[in-house]
Amino acid sequence: MLGFTGMKKSNLTIAVLSGKGGTGKTLVSVNLAAAAESAVYLDCDVEEPNGHLFFKPEITSEETVSAKIPLIDLDRCNGCRKCVDFCKFNALAFIKNKPVLFKDICHSCGGCALFCPQKAISEEEKSVGVIQSGMSGQVRVHTGCLNTGEASGIPIIKELLKKSATETALPVFIDCPPGSACIVMESIKDADYCILVAEPTVFGVHNLKMVCDLVEVFHKPYGVVLNKCLEAENPAEEFCKEHYVTILGRIPFDSKLGSLNSNAKIAVRENDRYREQFSALLNTVIEEANHETVAHPQR
Amino acid sequence: MKIAIPMNEQSLDSDVCPSFGRAPYFLFYNSVTEEAYYLDNEAVASQGGAGIRAAQVIADQGVKALIAPRCGENAADVLTKAEVFVYHSIPGTARQNIEAHLNNQLPLINEFHAGFHGHEKK
Repeated sequence: MLGFTGMKKSNLTIAVLSGKGGTGKTLVSVNLAAAAESAVYLDCDVEEPNGHLFFKPEITSEETVSAKIPLIDLDRCNGCRKCVDFCKFNALAFIKNKPVLFKDICHSCGGCALFCPQKAISEEEKSVGVIQSGMSGQVRVHTGCLNTGEASGIPIIKELLKKSATETALPVFIDCPPGSACIVMESIKDADYCILVAEPTVFGVHNLKMVCDLVEVFHKPYGVVLNKCLEAENPAEEFCKEHYVTILGRIPFDSKLGSLNSNAKIAVRENDRYREQFSALLNTVIEEANHETVAHPQR
Repeated sequence: MKIAIPMNEQSLDSDVCPSFGRAPYFLFYNSVTEEAYYLDNEAVASQGGAGIRAAQVIADQGVKALIAPRCGENAADVLTKAEVFVYHSIPGTARQNIEAHLNNQLPLINEFHAGFHGHEKK
């Protein structure tokens, strides 16, 4: 162990994700950040960020995020079509021997500019969204908002993650987009630990399995929070036991918690019982995360 | 004149595919020689921009008229720039649609939808 034991990281970066929307990512990430008291909360669900509805931060700064899109010099273009054939996103069409760009489809990979033998393609900036920042108590809240109709929120997530990189003393909670696509991969890239939120349904298990596979690919240590737990059998719990997945905690299907949440209240800040429950969950997460980083320092 | 139709199957006697961008095949029919051939739609498995890619296949084949039940805005943009006219298909087979078109019975589509983008109507 080389003397690492006992050294606890207080500035862990913890990503909260799930295979589908509505499982409780925001509930868990918002309440864990609130339970930590001093923390950074990054809303990476840039297509529909909602953490700010709970934190209600006073916005102190807003910055525009841009992505690069190709700018084609048609006088230089000799119509070789290499750019169009390269574009895997179908953002370029080839009409009357010249490329035509569909800006909204472009994923800013830059490949067309690299491939152009005539050097006819340069890149220009296009605004794709904004990041709003502000404080809610001692929680620094950064919200990524993608412009409607944009193909990819990845440029915004990259900028959001830079925000946390400068905060070296505070724990960071990343509220990820739902699913297991590129945008989620980008969100968990820098995470020390991943919390997967799961529902007690067969459909929930299917989605849980997808995100488990994803975090395994990224070699991220992870554990599961079982949300909406009832007395009845829980297929998500059975899945965890069967696959030796750590269960970090159980959140009951509780009308009071649901009511606080649907009124955009942070349960931890409203009620001592929820504060205790989420603080206990936070401690478990920190212990697990520290254990994992000590046991597997290469992660 | 070359006519294109999105198809579920490679037969003149099968129905027109309800989707343009996600159709499995395209039928190309030469009204002068009365010859038909089929191409796979390269766009069928695209994550995005399927309409653009599908329209590209049509444009690359030198088609003058596309017969389809509907068509997205991006695809329409490519087709318009490539000077391909889009005609509204009638319920029925490819053969019936070709006949109707050659008798000038199919209207031009002049309203293009904004695309379903993963929310295809069933």
